[in-house]
Amino acid sequence: MNKLILGRFMPGDSILHRMDPRAKLVASFYYIGIIFLARSWPAYAVLFVFTMSLVLISKIKLDFFIKGVRPLLWLILFTVLLQIFFTRGGHIYWQWGFLTLTRYGLLNGAYIFMRFVLIIFMSTLLTLTTPPLSLADAIESLLKPLKAIRFPVYEVALMLSIALRFVPTLMDETTKIMNAQRARGVDFGEGGLFKQMKAIVPILIPLFVSSFNRADDLATAMEARGYQGGEGRSKYRILKWQTMDSLAMVAMAILTVILIVLR
Amino acid sequence: MLMNSKKIIQVEHLKYEYPQSNQHLALNDLSVEINAGEWVAIIGHNGSGKSTFAKSLNGLLDLQNGSIVIDGLPLAMETVWEIRKKIGMVFQNPDNQFVGATVEDDVAFGLENQGIERAIMQTRVTDAIERVGMTDYTKREPSRLSGGQKQRVALAGIIAQQPEILILDEATSMLDPEGRREVLETIHQLKQETNMTVLSITHDIDEAASADRIIILDDGQVVDQGTPAEIFAYGQRLMALGLDVPYPEKLKAALTTLAVPMPSEYLTTERMVDYLWTLHSKM
Repeated sequence: MNKLILGRFMPGDSILHRMDPRAKLVASFYYIGIIFLARSWPAYAVLFVFTMSLVLISKIKLDFFIKGVRPLLWLILFTVLLQIFFTRGGHIYWQWGFLTLTRYGLLNGAYIFMRFVLIIFMSTLLTLTTPPLSLADAIESLLKPLKAIRFPVYEVALMLSIALRFVPTLMDETTKIMNAQRARGVDFGEGGLFKQMKAIVPILIPLFVSSFNRADDLATAMEARGYQGGEGRSKYRILKWQTMDSLAMVAMAILTVILIVLR
Repeated sequence: MLMNSKKIIQVEHLKYEYPQSNQHLALNDLSVEINAGEWVAIIGHNGSGKSTFAKSLNGLLDLQNGSIVIDGLPLAMETVWEIRKKIGMVFQNPDNQFVGATVEDDVAFGLENQGIERAIMQTRVTDAIERVGMTDYTKREPSRLSGGQKQRVALAGIIAQQPEILILDEATSMLDPEGRREVLETIHQLKQETNMTVLSITHDIDEAASADRIIILDDGQVVDQGTPAEIFAYGQRLMALGLDVPYPEKLKAALTTLAVPMPSEYLTTERMVDYLWTLHSKM
Protein backbone atom coordinates (compact mmCIF):
# COMPACT_ATOMS: atom_id res chain seq x y z
CA MET A 1 0.00 0.00 0.00
CA ASN A 2 2.93 2.31 0.69
CA LYS A 3 4.05 2.13 -2.94
CA LEU A 4 1.07 4.17 -4.01
CA ILE A 5 2.30 7.72 -4.56
CA LEU A 6 -0.72 8.95 -6.50
CA GLY A 7 -3.13 10.42 -4.00
CA ARG A 8 -0.51 10.89 -1.30
CA PHE A 9 -0.03 14.26 0.31
CA MET A 10 3.38 15.69 1.26
CA PRO A 11 3.21 18.51 3.80
CA GLY A 12 5.33 21.46 2.72
CA ASP A 13 5.40 25.19 2.48
CA SER A 14 5.93 26.13 -1.14
CA ILE A 15 3.95 28.53 -3.31
CA LEU A 16 2.10 25.54 -4.73
CA HIS A 17 1.18 24.31 -1.26
CA ARG A 18 -0.29 27.67 -0.38
CA MET A 19 -2.38 28.02 -3.53
CA ASP A 20 -6.15 27.80 -3.51
CA PRO A 21 -7.07 24.13 -4.14
CA ARG A 22 -9.75 25.22 -6.62
CA ALA A 23 -7.13 26.98 -8.75
CA LYS A 24 -4.88 23.93 -8.58
CA LEU A 25 -7.65 21.55 -9.51
CA VAL A 26 -8.87 23.63 -12.45
CA ALA A 27 -5.33 24.36 -13.67
CA SER A 28 -4.28 20.70 -13.49
CA PHE A 29 -7.27 19.49 -15.45
CA TYR A 30 -6.88 22.27 -17.96
CA TYR A 31 -3.19 21.49 -18.35
CA ILE A 32 -3.90 17.82 -18.97
CA GLY A 33 -6.35 18.96 -21.62
CA ILE A 34 -3.93 21.22 -23.47
CA ILE A 35 -1.17 18.60 -23.48
CA PHE A 36 -3.12 17.08 -26.36
CA LEU A 37 -2.65 20.28 -28.35
CA ALA A 38 1.08 19.66 -28.61
CA ARG A 39 2.12 17.97 -31.84
CA SER A 40 5.68 19.14 -32.33
CA TRP A 41 8.99 18.91 -30.49
CA PRO A 42 9.19 22.60 -29.59
CA ALA A 43 5.73 22.40 -28.05
CA TYR A 44 6.71 19.37 -25.99
CA ALA A 45 9.91 21.11 -24.97
CA VAL A 46 7.86 24.03 -23.62
CA LEU A 47 5.52 21.69 -21.74
CA PHE A 48 8.45 19.75 -20.33
CA VAL A 49 10.21 22.88 -19.10
CA PHE A 50 6.96 24.16 -17.61
CA THR A 51 6.23 20.95 -15.72
CA MET A 52 9.79 20.65 -14.46
CA SER A 53 9.82 24.22 -13.19
CA LEU A 54 6.58 23.49 -11.28
CA VAL A 55 8.26 20.43 -9.76
CA LEU A 56 11.16 22.64 -8.73
CA ILE A 57 8.82 25.24 -7.20
CA SER A 58 7.05 22.54 -5.16
CA LYS A 59 10.37 21.70 -3.43
CA ILE A 60 9.48 18.00 -3.56
CA LYS A 61 12.18 15.50 -4.47
CA LEU A 62 12.03 14.21 -8.03
CA ASP A 63 12.15 10.64 -6.69
CA PHE A 64 8.51 10.89 -5.72
CA PHE A 65 7.46 11.70 -9.29
CA ILE A 66 9.59 8.90 -10.70
CA LYS A 67 7.95 6.57 -8.19
CA GLY A 68 4.57 7.83 -9.33
CA VAL A 69 5.37 6.80 -12.92
CA ARG A 70 6.77 3.40 -11.96
CA PRO A 71 3.51 1.47 -11.32
CA LEU A 72 2.23 2.59 -14.73
CA LEU A 73 5.49 1.83 -16.57
CA TRP A 74 4.23 -1.38 -18.18
CA LEU A 75 1.08 0.29 -19.42
CA ILE A 76 3.13 3.13 -20.91
CA LEU A 77 5.61 0.79 -22.61
CA PHE A 78 2.80 -1.36 -24.02
CA THR A 79 1.00 1.66 -25.47
CA VAL A 80 4.19 3.15 -26.87
CA LEU A 81 5.18 -0.12 -28.54
CA LEU A 82 1.74 -0.50 -30.08
CA GLN A 83 2.04 3.04 -31.45
CA ILE A 84 5.52 2.41 -32.84
CA PHE A 85 4.73 -0.79 -34.68
CA PHE A 86 1.25 -0.09 -35.93
CA THR A 87 1.43 3.51 -37.12
CA ARG A 88 2.10 3.73 -40.82
CA GLY A 89 3.48 6.58 -42.89
CA GLY A 90 6.74 8.38 -43.54
CA HIS A 91 10.05 6.67 -44.16
CA ILE A 92 10.06 2.91 -43.52
CA TYR A 93 13.13 1.77 -41.57
CA TRP A 94 12.28 -1.86 -41.05
CA GLN A 95 9.52 -4.27 -41.87
CA TRP A 96 8.62 -7.78 -40.73
CA GLY A 97 5.25 -9.26 -41.58
CA PHE A 98 2.60 -6.90 -40.24
CA LEU A 99 5.06 -5.05 -37.97
CA THR A 100 6.55 -1.92 -39.48
CA LEU A 101 8.96 0.54 -38.01
CA THR A 102 8.29 3.91 -39.61
CA ARG A 103 9.30 7.49 -38.98
CA TYR A 104 5.78 8.46 -37.97
CA GLY A 105 5.49 5.49 -35.74
CA LEU A 106 8.62 6.44 -33.83
CA LEU A 107 7.51 10.04 -33.56
CA ASN A 108 4.05 9.02 -32.33
CA GLY A 109 5.56 6.65 -29.81
CA ALA A 110 7.80 9.38 -28.42
CA TYR A 111 4.84 11.81 -28.21
CA ILE A 112 2.68 9.29 -26.39
CA PHE A 113 5.47 8.60 -23.95
CA MET A 114 5.92 12.31 -23.25
CA ARG A 115 2.18 12.77 -22.82
CA PHE A 116 1.94 9.97 -20.30
CA VAL A 117 4.85 11.24 -18.26
CA LEU A 118 3.59 14.83 -18.25
CA ILE A 119 0.07 13.81 -17.22
CA ILE A 120 1.33 11.60 -14.40
CA PHE A 121 3.76 14.26 -13.20
CA MET A 122 1.03 16.88 -13.14
CA SER A 123 -1.56 14.77 -11.33
CA THR A 124 1.08 13.61 -8.84
CA LEU A 125 2.02 17.24 -8.29
CA LEU A 126 -1.60 18.10 -7.60
CA THR A 127 -2.07 15.39 -4.98
CA LEU A 128 1.36 15.85 -3.40
CA THR A 129 0.82 19.55 -2.76
CA THR A 130 -2.87 19.48 -1.81
CA PRO A 131 -4.31 17.85 1.34
CA PRO A 132 -7.20 15.52 0.38
CA LEU A 133 -9.54 17.58 2.51
CA SER A 134 -8.82 20.77 0.54
CA LEU A 135 -9.45 18.82 -2.65
CA ALA A 136 -12.86 17.83 -1.28
CA ASP A 137 -13.53 21.48 -0.46
CA ALA A 138 -12.46 22.49 -3.94
CA ILE A 139 -14.74 19.92 -5.54
CA GLU A 140 -17.65 21.16 -3.43
CA SER A 141 -16.95 24.74 -4.40
CA LEU A 142 -16.64 23.92 -8.11
CA LEU A 143 -19.85 21.87 -8.11
CA LYS A 144 -21.88 24.73 -6.62
CA PRO A 145 -23.41 25.78 -9.97
CA LEU A 146 -25.00 22.32 -10.12
CA LYS A 147 -27.28 23.29 -7.22
CA ALA A 148 -29.44 24.92 -9.88
CA ILE A 149 -30.33 21.49 -11.26
CA ARG A 150 -31.10 20.12 -7.77
CA PHE A 151 -27.79 18.25 -7.50
CA PRO A 152 -27.10 17.64 -3.77
CA VAL A 153 -23.70 19.36 -3.76
CA TYR A 154 -23.43 19.72 -0.01
CA GLU A 155 -24.32 16.10 0.73
CA VAL A 156 -21.84 14.81 -1.86
CA ALA A 157 -19.11 16.97 -0.33
CA LEU A 158 -19.94 15.72 3.17
CA MET A 159 -19.81 12.10 1.99
CA LEU A 160 -16.49 12.78 0.32
CA SER A 161 -14.95 14.35 3.41
CA ILE A 162 -16.28 11.61 5.73
CA ALA A 163 -14.98 8.97 3.33
CA LEU A 164 -11.55 10.62 3.29
CA ARG A 165 -11.55 10.90 7.06
CA PHE A 166 -12.31 7.19 7.48
CA VAL A 167 -9.73 5.85 5.01
CA PRO A 168 -6.89 5.59 7.55
CA THR A 169 -9.26 4.28 10.23
CA LEU A 170 -10.53 1.51 7.95
CA MET A 171 -6.98 0.72 6.82
CA ASP A 172 -5.97 0.17 10.43
CA GLU A 173 -9.00 -1.99 10.98
CA THR A 174 -8.26 -4.09 7.89
CA THR A 175 -4.75 -4.75 9.19
CA LYS A 176 -6.17 -5.70 12.60
CA ILE A 177 -8.71 -8.09 11.11
CA MET A 178 -6.06 -9.65 8.85
CA ASN A 179 -3.75 -10.25 11.77
CA ALA A 180 -6.58 -11.61 13.89
CA GLN A 181 -7.51 -14.03 11.11
CA ARG A 182 -3.87 -14.97 10.58
CA ALA A 183 -3.67 -15.80 14.27
CA ARG A 184 -6.55 -18.21 13.69
CA GLY A 185 -4.77 -19.87 10.81
CA VAL A 186 -6.06 -18.08 7.70
CA ASP A 187 -3.39 -17.95 5.00
CA PHE A 188 -3.32 -14.79 2.91
CA GLY A 189 -1.47 -14.78 -0.41
CA GLU A 190 -1.08 -18.54 -0.48
CA GLY A 191 -2.30 -21.12 -2.96
CA GLY A 192 -4.08 -20.69 -6.28
CA LEU A 193 -6.33 -17.86 -7.40
CA PHE A 194 -9.51 -19.51 -6.14
CA LYS A 195 -8.01 -20.23 -2.74
CA GLN A 196 -6.74 -16.67 -2.41
CA MET A 197 -10.17 -15.30 -3.24
CA LYS A 198 -11.70 -17.49 -0.54
CA ALA A 199 -9.17 -16.21 1.98
CA ILE A 200 -10.41 -12.64 1.38
CA VAL A 201 -13.91 -13.46 2.68
CA PRO A 202 -12.90 -13.55 6.38
CA ILE A 203 -11.57 -10.00 5.97
CA LEU A 204 -14.33 -8.59 3.85
CA ILE A 205 -17.37 -9.63 5.88
CA PRO A 206 -16.18 -8.35 9.29
CA LEU A 207 -15.04 -5.14 7.61
CA PHE A 208 -18.46 -4.71 6.03
CA VAL A 209 -20.36 -5.37 9.24
CA SER A 210 -18.18 -3.03 11.25
CA SER A 211 -18.61 -0.33 8.61
CA PHE A 212 -22.36 -0.61 9.05
CA ASN A 213 -22.00 -0.25 12.80
CA ARG A 214 -19.67 2.69 12.32
CA ALA A 215 -22.11 4.40 10.00
CA ASP A 216 -24.90 3.87 12.51
CA ASP A 217 -22.88 5.32 15.39
CA LEU A 218 -21.68 8.23 13.29
CA ALA A 219 -25.20 9.09 12.14
CA THR A 220 -26.39 9.02 15.75
CA ALA A 221 -23.53 11.25 16.90
CA MET A 222 -24.15 13.67 14.03
CA GLU A 223 -27.85 13.93 14.83
CA ALA A 224 -27.13 14.44 18.52
CA ARG A 225 -24.95 17.37 17.52
CA GLY A 226 -27.82 18.94 15.62
CA TYR A 227 -27.11 17.88 12.03
CA GLN A 228 -30.28 18.43 9.97
CA GLY A 229 -28.85 18.34 6.45
CA GLY A 230 -27.12 20.86 4.25
CA GLU A 231 -29.65 23.67 4.62
CA GLY A 232 -28.89 26.51 7.00
CA ARG A 233 -25.36 25.41 7.84
CA SER A 234 -22.46 27.81 8.06
CA LYS A 235 -18.96 26.84 7.03
CA TYR A 236 -15.93 26.77 9.29
CA ARG A 237 -13.42 26.28 6.52
CA ILE A 238 -13.33 28.77 3.68
CA LEU A 239 -11.19 28.92 0.57
CA LYS A 240 -9.38 32.14 -0.27
CA TRP A 241 -8.62 33.06 -3.87
CA GLN A 242 -5.36 35.01 -3.93
CA THR A 243 -3.34 36.88 -6.56
CA MET A 244 -1.20 33.79 -6.93
CA ASP A 245 -4.20 31.81 -8.15
CA SER A 246 -5.18 34.42 -10.71
CA LEU A 247 -1.56 34.41 -11.94
CA ALA A 248 -1.76 30.64 -12.35
CA MET A 249 -4.81 31.08 -14.54
CA VAL A 250 -3.01 33.72 -16.61
CA ALA A 251 -0.03 31.38 -16.97
CA MET A 252 -2.36 28.70 -18.29
CA ALA A 253 -3.79 31.10 -20.86
CA ILE A 254 -0.30 32.15 -22.03
CA LEU A 255 0.73 28.51 -22.26
CA THR A 256 -2.30 27.75 -24.41
CA VAL A 257 -1.39 30.55 -26.82
CA ILE A 258 2.23 29.35 -27.04
CA LEU A 259 1.11 25.79 -27.73
CA ILE A 260 -1.27 26.89 -30.48
CA VAL A 261 1.53 28.91 -32.10
CA LEU A 262 4.01 26.02 -31.89
CA ARG A 263 1.72 23.39 -33.35
CA MET B 1 -22.90 21.74 45.53
CA LEU B 2 -25.44 24.12 44.12
CA MET B 3 -28.95 22.80 44.45
CA ASN B 4 -31.41 25.16 42.91
CA SER B 5 -34.63 23.23 42.89
CA LYS B 6 -35.19 23.79 39.15
CA LYS B 7 -35.97 20.46 37.57
CA ILE B 8 -34.02 20.44 34.32
CA ILE B 9 -34.95 16.92 33.29
CA GLN B 10 -38.33 15.42 34.06
CA VAL B 11 -39.13 11.96 32.78
CA GLU B 12 -42.44 10.32 33.51
CA HIS B 13 -43.65 6.78 32.81
CA LEU B 14 -41.27 6.20 29.95
CA LYS B 15 -41.78 2.95 28.08
CA TYR B 16 -39.72 1.78 25.15
CA GLU B 17 -39.73 -1.42 23.20
CA TYR B 18 -37.21 -2.16 20.44
CA PRO B 19 -38.63 -3.78 17.31
CA GLN B 20 -38.10 -7.57 17.23
CA SER B 21 -37.51 -7.72 20.95
CA ASN B 22 -40.74 -9.74 21.39
CA GLN B 23 -42.52 -7.83 24.11
CA HIS B 24 -39.39 -7.14 26.14
CA LEU B 25 -39.48 -3.56 27.30
CA ALA B 26 -36.08 -1.82 27.26
CA LEU B 27 -37.59 0.90 29.40
CA ASN B 28 -40.47 -0.05 31.63
CA ASP B 29 -42.41 2.78 33.25
CA LEU B 30 -39.31 4.77 34.09
CA SER B 31 -39.65 8.07 35.95
CA VAL B 32 -36.68 10.26 36.82
CA GLU B 33 -36.23 13.86 37.92
CA ILE B 34 -32.89 15.63 37.69
CA ASN B 35 -32.11 19.06 39.12
CA ALA B 36 -30.14 21.75 37.32
CA GLY B 37 -26.46 21.63 38.17
CA GLU B 38 -26.59 18.11 39.51
CA TRP B 39 -24.15 15.35 38.58
CA VAL B 40 -26.06 12.11 38.28
CA ALA B 41 -24.57 8.71 37.51
CA ILE B 42 -26.80 6.05 36.05
CA ILE B 43 -25.54 2.54 36.62
CA GLY B 44 -26.87 -0.88 35.79
CA HIS B 45 -25.72 -4.09 34.14
CA ASN B 46 -25.70 -4.58 30.36
CA GLY B 47 -29.19 -4.47 28.93
CA SER B 48 -30.68 -2.61 31.88
CA GLY B 49 -31.83 0.17 29.54
CA LYS B 50 -29.19 2.80 30.39
CA SER B 51 -28.26 3.73 26.82
CA THR B 52 -31.87 3.54 25.65
CA PHE B 53 -32.74 6.07 28.33
CA ALA B 54 -29.90 8.37 27.25
CA LYS B 55 -30.88 8.24 23.60
CA SER B 56 -34.53 8.94 24.27
CA LEU B 57 -33.68 12.12 26.21
CA ASN B 58 -32.69 14.05 23.09
CA GLY B 59 -35.08 12.36 20.74
CA LEU B 60 -32.68 9.95 19.04
CA LEU B 61 -35.27 7.29 19.77
CA ASP B 62 -38.94 8.04 19.20
CA LEU B 63 -41.05 8.37 22.30
CA GLN B 64 -43.53 5.53 22.42
CA ASN B 65 -45.00 6.22 25.78
CA GLY B 66 -44.62 8.64 28.63
CA SER B 67 -43.30 12.18 28.60
CA ILE B 68 -39.93 13.91 28.68
CA VAL B 69 -39.57 17.58 29.62
CA ILE B 70 -36.16 19.19 29.23
CA ASP B 71 -35.71 22.61 30.79
CA GLY B 72 -39.44 23.32 30.53
CA LEU B 73 -39.70 22.12 26.91
CA PRO B 74 -41.71 18.96 26.31
CA LEU B 75 -39.95 16.67 23.84
CA ALA B 76 -41.89 16.47 20.59
CA MET B 77 -41.28 16.62 16.83
CA GLU B 78 -41.31 20.43 16.83
CA THR B 79 -39.01 20.92 19.80
CA VAL B 80 -36.45 18.19 19.15
CA TRP B 81 -33.83 20.48 17.56
CA GLU B 82 -34.26 23.07 20.28
CA ILE B 83 -33.72 20.34 22.88
CA ARG B 84 -30.67 18.99 21.08
CA LYS B 85 -29.08 22.41 21.39
CA LYS B 86 -29.48 22.12 25.15
CA ILE B 87 -28.06 18.61 25.39
CA GLY B 88 -24.52 17.62 24.47
CA MET B 89 -23.76 13.93 24.18
CA VAL B 90 -20.47 12.08 24.24
CA PHE B 91 -20.72 8.47 23.08
CA GLN B 92 -18.76 5.35 23.77
CA ASN B 93 -16.64 4.84 20.69
CA PRO B 94 -14.06 7.62 20.17
CA ASP B 95 -13.59 6.84 16.49
CA ASN B 96 -17.22 6.65 15.44
CA GLN B 97 -18.25 10.09 16.66
CA PHE B 98 -15.40 11.98 15.03
CA VAL B 99 -17.08 13.63 12.05
CA GLY B 100 -14.54 16.23 10.98
CA ALA B 101 -11.35 15.61 9.06
CA THR B 102 -9.22 17.39 11.64
CA VAL B 103 -9.63 18.31 15.32
CA GLU B 104 -10.80 21.87 14.65
CA ASP B 105 -13.25 20.76 11.96
CA ASP B 106 -14.78 18.25 14.32
CA VAL B 107 -15.17 20.79 17.11
CA ALA B 108 -16.79 23.21 14.64
CA PHE B 109 -19.25 20.62 13.29
CA GLY B 110 -21.99 21.26 15.85
CA LEU B 111 -21.66 25.02 15.41
CA GLU B 112 -21.90 24.73 11.63
CA ASN B 113 -25.17 22.85 12.12
CA GLN B 114 -26.56 25.78 14.07
CA GLY B 115 -25.51 28.15 11.29
CA ILE B 116 -23.35 30.25 13.60
CA GLU B 117 -21.26 33.00 12.02
CA ARG B 118 -17.70 32.09 11.15
CA ALA B 119 -16.05 34.75 13.32
CA ILE B 120 -17.90 33.56 16.42
CA MET B 121 -17.19 29.96 15.47
CA GLN B 122 -13.46 30.56 15.36
CA THR B 123 -13.26 32.01 18.86
CA ARG B 124 -15.53 29.33 20.30
CA VAL B 125 -13.60 26.51 18.62
CA THR B 126 -10.26 27.86 19.83
CA ASP B 127 -11.62 28.26 23.37
CA ALA B 128 -13.13 24.80 23.47
CA ILE B 129 -9.96 23.13 22.16
CA GLU B 130 -7.91 25.05 24.70
CA ARG B 131 -10.22 24.02 27.50
CA VAL B 132 -9.67 20.32 26.87
CA GLY B 133 -5.94 20.88 26.47
CA MET B 134 -5.68 19.96 22.78
CA THR B 135 -4.30 23.26 21.45
CA ASP B 136 -1.16 21.62 20.06
CA TYR B 137 -3.27 19.19 18.05
CA THR B 138 -5.65 21.62 16.33
CA LYS B 139 -4.73 20.55 12.79
CA ARG B 140 -4.28 16.84 13.54
CA GLU B 141 -6.26 14.08 11.84
CA PRO B 142 -8.17 11.61 14.03
CA SER B 143 -6.01 8.69 12.87
CA ARG B 144 -3.05 10.28 14.64
CA LEU B 145 -4.78 10.71 18.01
CA SER B 146 -5.16 8.31 20.93
CA GLY B 147 -8.60 7.20 22.13
CA GLY B 148 -8.46 9.54 25.14
CA GLN B 149 -7.50 12.47 22.94
CA LYS B 150 -10.39 11.72 20.58
CA GLN B 151 -12.81 11.67 23.50
CA ARG B 152 -11.44 15.02 24.64
CA VAL B 153 -12.07 16.39 21.15
CA ALA B 154 -15.62 15.02 21.29
CA LEU B 155 -15.97 16.87 24.59
CA ALA B 156 -14.59 20.07 23.04
CA GLY B 157 -17.20 19.77 20.28
CA ILE B 158 -19.88 19.69 22.95
CA ILE B 159 -18.30 22.57 24.95
CA ALA B 160 -18.28 24.77 21.84
CA GLN B 161 -22.05 24.29 21.57
CA GLN B 162 -22.45 25.49 25.17
CA PRO B 163 -25.23 23.11 26.21
CA GLU B 164 -26.85 23.11 29.65
CA ILE B 165 -26.82 19.33 29.95
CA LEU B 166 -23.96 16.96 29.24
CA ILE B 167 -24.74 13.29 28.77
CA LEU B 168 -21.87 10.83 28.85
CA ASP B 169 -23.04 7.58 27.32
CA GLU B 170 -20.29 5.26 28.58
CA ALA B 171 -17.85 7.85 27.28
CA THR B 172 -14.88 6.40 29.14
CA SER B 173 -15.51 2.69 28.65
CA MET B 174 -13.15 2.29 25.69
CA LEU B 175 -10.26 4.17 27.25
CA ASP B 176 -7.27 3.05 29.26
CA PRO B 177 -7.16 4.11 32.93
CA GLU B 178 -4.94 7.07 32.01
CA GLY B 179 -7.27 8.37 29.30
CA ARG B 180 -10.27 7.77 31.53
CA ARG B 181 -8.75 9.86 34.31
CA GLU B 182 -7.89 12.68 31.88
CA VAL B 183 -11.38 12.86 30.41
CA LEU B 184 -13.06 12.76 33.83
CA GLU B 185 -10.80 15.49 35.18
CA THR B 186 -11.65 17.68 32.21
CA ILE B 187 -15.36 17.16 32.82
CA HIS B 188 -15.00 17.94 36.53
CA GLN B 189 -13.22 21.21 35.78
CA LEU B 190 -15.82 22.07 33.19
CA LYS B 191 -18.64 21.42 35.59
CA GLN B 192 -17.09 23.72 38.19
CA GLU B 193 -16.80 26.54 35.66
CA THR B 194 -20.15 26.31 33.93
CA ASN B 195 -22.31 24.52 36.47
CA MET B 196 -23.90 22.38 33.79
CA THR B 197 -25.96 19.31 34.57
CA VAL B 198 -24.03 16.09 34.01
CA LEU B 199 -25.65 12.74 33.40
CA SER B 200 -23.10 9.96 33.21
CA ILE B 201 -24.11 6.50 32.15
CA THR B 202 -21.34 4.23 33.21
CA HIS B 203 -19.90 0.93 34.31
CA ASP B 204 -16.96 2.68 35.86
CA ILE B 205 -17.35 2.72 39.60
CA ASP B 206 -14.96 5.62 40.14
CA GLU B 207 -16.95 7.73 37.73
CA ALA B 208 -20.09 6.87 39.66
CA ALA B 209 -18.38 7.63 42.98
CA SER B 210 -17.78 11.24 41.93
CA ALA B 211 -21.49 11.87 41.29
CA ASP B 212 -23.91 13.73 43.57
CA ARG B 213 -26.49 11.03 43.10
CA ILE B 214 -26.53 7.51 41.72
CA ILE B 215 -29.52 5.95 40.02
CA ILE B 216 -29.55 2.18 39.60
CA LEU B 217 -31.47 0.82 36.63
CA ASP B 218 -32.48 -2.79 36.26
CA ASP B 219 -34.76 -4.16 33.57
CA GLY B 220 -35.74 -0.68 32.41
CA GLN B 221 -36.82 0.50 35.82
CA VAL B 222 -35.29 2.56 38.60
CA VAL B 223 -34.48 0.08 41.34
CA ASP B 224 -32.82 2.45 43.73
CA GLN B 225 -31.23 5.87 44.01
CA GLY B 226 -29.18 7.75 46.54
CA THR B 227 -25.84 9.34 47.29
CA PRO B 228 -22.74 7.28 46.43
CA ALA B 229 -22.20 6.60 50.14
CA GLU B 230 -25.71 5.17 50.51
CA ILE B 231 -25.51 3.11 47.34
CA PHE B 232 -22.04 1.66 47.88
CA ALA B 233 -22.93 0.59 51.40
CA TYR B 234 -25.05 -2.15 49.79
CA GLY B 235 -21.81 -3.91 48.93
CA GLN B 236 -22.89 -7.44 48.09
CA ARG B 237 -26.28 -6.40 46.73
CA LEU B 238 -24.54 -4.39 44.02
CA MET B 239 -22.67 -7.52 43.01
CA ALA B 240 -26.01 -9.30 42.65
CA LEU B 241 -27.12 -6.56 40.23
CA GLY B 242 -24.06 -7.30 38.13
CA LEU B 243 -22.19 -4.19 39.23
CA ASP B 244 -18.75 -3.67 40.58
CA VAL B 245 -18.16 -2.21 44.03
CA PRO B 246 -15.43 0.26 44.98
CA TYR B 247 -12.13 -1.10 46.27
CA PRO B 248 -12.60 -0.15 49.97
CA GLU B 249 -15.91 -2.03 49.89
CA LYS B 250 -14.13 -5.15 48.56
CA LEU B 251 -11.49 -4.80 51.25
CA LYS B 252 -14.21 -4.51 53.86
CA ALA B 253 -15.83 -7.73 52.66
CA ALA B 254 -12.48 -9.54 52.69
CA LEU B 255 -11.64 -8.30 56.20
CA THR B 256 -15.08 -9.20 57.51
CA THR B 257 -14.48 -12.82 56.51
CA LEU B 258 -11.29 -12.65 58.59
CA ALA B 259 -13.41 -11.53 61.57
CA VAL B 260 -12.02 -8.00 61.63
CA PRO B 261 -14.77 -5.67 62.90
CA MET B 262 -15.91 -3.29 60.19
CA PRO B 263 -18.37 -0.36 60.14
CA SER B 264 -21.45 -0.89 58.02
CA GLU B 265 -21.44 2.52 56.30
CA TYR B 266 -19.47 3.13 53.10
CA LEU B 267 -15.93 4.38 53.51
CA THR B 268 -13.90 6.26 50.92
CA THR B 269 -10.28 5.19 50.46
CA GLU B 270 -9.04 7.92 52.81
CA ARG B 271 -11.59 7.13 55.52
CA MET B 272 -10.74 3.46 55.16
CA VAL B 273 -7.08 4.23 55.78
CA ASP B 274 -8.01 6.33 58.81
CA TYR B 275 -10.24 3.57 60.14
CA LEU B 276 -7.58 0.92 59.72
CA TRP B 277 -4.80 2.82 61.46
CA THR B 278 -7.03 3.79 64.36
CA LEU B 279 -8.37 0.26 64.70
CA HIS B 280 -5.64 -0.90 67.06
CA SER B 281 -4.64 2.34 68.68
CA LYS B 282 -5.54 2.30 72.38
CA MET B 283 -5.92 6.07 72.71
